[in-house]
Amino acid sequence: MRPDRTPLLLVLMLAAVLVLGPIVPRWTLFLLTIAMAKGLVVLGLLLFLRCGLVSFGQALYYCVGAYAAGMLGRLYGVSDVITLMIAGMLAAALLAFVLGFLLARYRGIFFGLLSLALSMILYGLLVKTEALGSTDGFNVLPSTILGWRPPDDWVRYAVLACASLVAFVAALGVHRYLRTPLGRLAPAIKDNEIRVEYMGASARYAIHTKYVIAGALAGLGGALAATTVGHIDPEMGYWTTSGEFIFITILAGTGNVLAPFLGALLFESIRSVAFDLSPNTWQMVLGGSLLAVIVFLPNGLWSLFRRRKAA
Amino acid sequence: MPAILDAQGLHKSFGAVTAASDIRAAIERDSVVGLIGTNGAGKTTFINMITGYLKPDRGRIVYEGRDITQLAPREVTRLGICRSFQIPQLYASLTAFENMLVGIGVVQQNGGRGGFFSRGEALVPGYERRAEDVADMLLERFGLAEYRDKNAQVLPGGVRKLLDIALTMVARPKILLLDEPTSGVSAEEKFAIMEMIMKAVRAEGITVLFVEHDMEVVSRFAERVLAFYDGRIIADAPPEVALADAEVKRFVVGGELHRMDEAAGAKDA
Repeated sequence: MRPDRTPLLLVLMLAAVLVLGPIVPRWTLFLLTIAMAKGLVVLGLLLFLRCGLVSFGQALYYCVGAYAAGMLGRLYGVSDVITLMIAGMLAAALLAFVLGFLLARYRGIFFGLLSLALSMILYGLLVKTEALGSTDGFNVLPSTILGWRPPDDWVRYAVLACASLVAFVAALGVHRYLRTPLGRLAPAIKDNEIRVEYMGASARYAIHTKYVIAGALAGLGGALAATTVGHIDPEMGYWTTSGEFIFITILAGTGNVLAPFLGALLFESIRSVAFDLSPNTWQMVLGGSLLAVIVFLPNGLWSLFRRRKAA
Repeated sequence: MPAILDAQGLHKSFGAVTAASDIRAAIERDSVVGLIGTNGAGKTTFINMITGYLKPDRGRIVYEGRDITQLAPREVTRLGICRSFQIPQLYASLTAFENMLVGIGVVQQNGGRGGFFSRGEALVPGYERRAEDVADMLLERFGLAEYRDKNAQVLPGGVRKLLDIALTMVARPKILLLDEPTSGVSAEEKFAIMEMIMKAVRAEGITVLFVEHDMEVVSRFAERVLAFYDGRIIADAPPEVALADAEVKRFVVGGELHRMDEAAGAKDA
C-alpha cells in the first residue's frame, strides 16, 4: 500500500498559510478566509458525491451556521470567532440530524431536489422575517479571539489563522473518516445498495452519518463566512449559493480532502480577477473555466496531482 | 443433530399468486441441501423469506433457536446467514480486491473495530488477520487471484459468480444460500465451479442451501433435496429418492416437457 501522505500535505499547507499570511497583500487574506469557509462546505459535498449523491441545497446549512453565529452576537453580544464557529456547527449539525431521517431515505434526483426545496424554505422564512432584517440581513459584530480584540491591521490574519486551524482539523478528521470501514462504504453505496444491505451494513445509516457531518461542516463554514464578511443576509441560503458549492465540488474533484480547499481558492480567485477585469462578463469567465475543467479534467483539479504522482 | 434453521409453516402470497404455502423444513447443521423446482415454484421466495427480504404472511423462521422472521436483511446477515445472487451483485466500479475490502470493512465495523478513534490497524474479526491478507486469501481460495486488480464490471460471467460467493465468505457465515451458483456458466465448467465452491465453503463447516436446475449437479453435491412446486414442497429426501419420486419427475425434472405436452393437448382438444 502507498503510504498515506495526506496528513503531511495538510500540515505543510497549514504551515504555508500561517507563515505567508503576514507577508501576502491584505486583500488575499479575505479571499483565503472565504475560500476556507467554502472549502469546508465543499468538503461535506465530497462525502455525498462519493456516495453518488448531489445536494442542491447545502446552502441551507451554510446559512443556518451563519445566522446562528450572527444571532449569538446580536442577542448575547458574543464575538469570539471560535465560539461562533462551534455554535454554527452545532446548530447546523442538529438540523441535519433531524432532516437526515427524511433525506437519508432518498437517492439521486429526489435527494437533490428535496435538499433544494428545504433550503428554499429557509430562504423564504428569512426573507419574511422582519426581526432578522428580512432581505437586508444584519451586521455581525467585529471578530475577537478568546476575548482579545486584535489590532485592526491584524484582525484578518487572526481570523484566517483560526480558520486554517479549524479547516486543518476538519480535513484531517474527514480524511480519517474516509479510511474507516463506514467511510469506505461510500463507493459501494454508489454502486450497489442491495449488496451493502446483504453484507450486513445499513446504507441509510451511512448516508445519515454523512449528512450530519456535511451539515456540521457547512455550518462551520457559514459561521466563518459570517464573521469574516461582517454581514449576513438570506442570500446565503439561496439556491445560487448551493449551486456555487456544487460548482466548486466539480472544479475540485473528490480525490482528496485537500481538493475542496484548493478548488474554493481557485474559484474565489477566478471570480475576483474576472470581476476586476470584466465586470459585465465575469460569469462567462467562470462558466468557461468550469467547462474547461469538465472537458479536460473530468475528475477535477485533483487529478492534476494524481497524474503527476503516477508518472 | 439439532436443526440450525427451521421454517415453520411459511405462507406468502402476492395478490392471487401463492408463492409459498405451508413451507416446512428443518435444516440440519453442516448439511448441504439442494433446492429444485421450475421457475416460479417458490425457491427464491423461500430464500428471500429466510434472508428477511420478504416477510411471510404466516409462519415463523427459527435460526439457532431464535425467531428471525421479522428481521431486516442486514440483521439476518449479521447473525450469520449470507446469500449469493443469481445475477451477481458486485460493486461494479471497484476491483475484485476492493470489493472484498468493502465487505471486510462491514464485518470490521459490525465487530466494533476500525472505528474513527481506534488506534493502529484493525484486524478482521473471526480471521484475526489484516484486511488485505483476508481479501487475498479468499480470492486465492476461489481461484480469483489473477483477477485481483480488475474492475468487477469487466470480469467474465463465471468469475463474477465466484466473486459474488467469495464476498459472502468475509462474514464467516454459518448458513450460505446460493441462488443458482452455476447459472450462466457453460456445462463443462459447472462441475469445476461447484467443486471449487464446495471445497472453499465446506472447509469452514458452513451449512449450504443451493438452488440448482441441473439435476446432475444436484445429485452430485446435495445430501438432501427440497423439491418445490406451486409454492409447496412436494418432496424432501436424499437426491436419489427425491429425483426418482413420481411427482418430482412430473412437475420438476420433466416440468418443462410436461407443460409443453399440456399445451399441445389443449390445442388438440
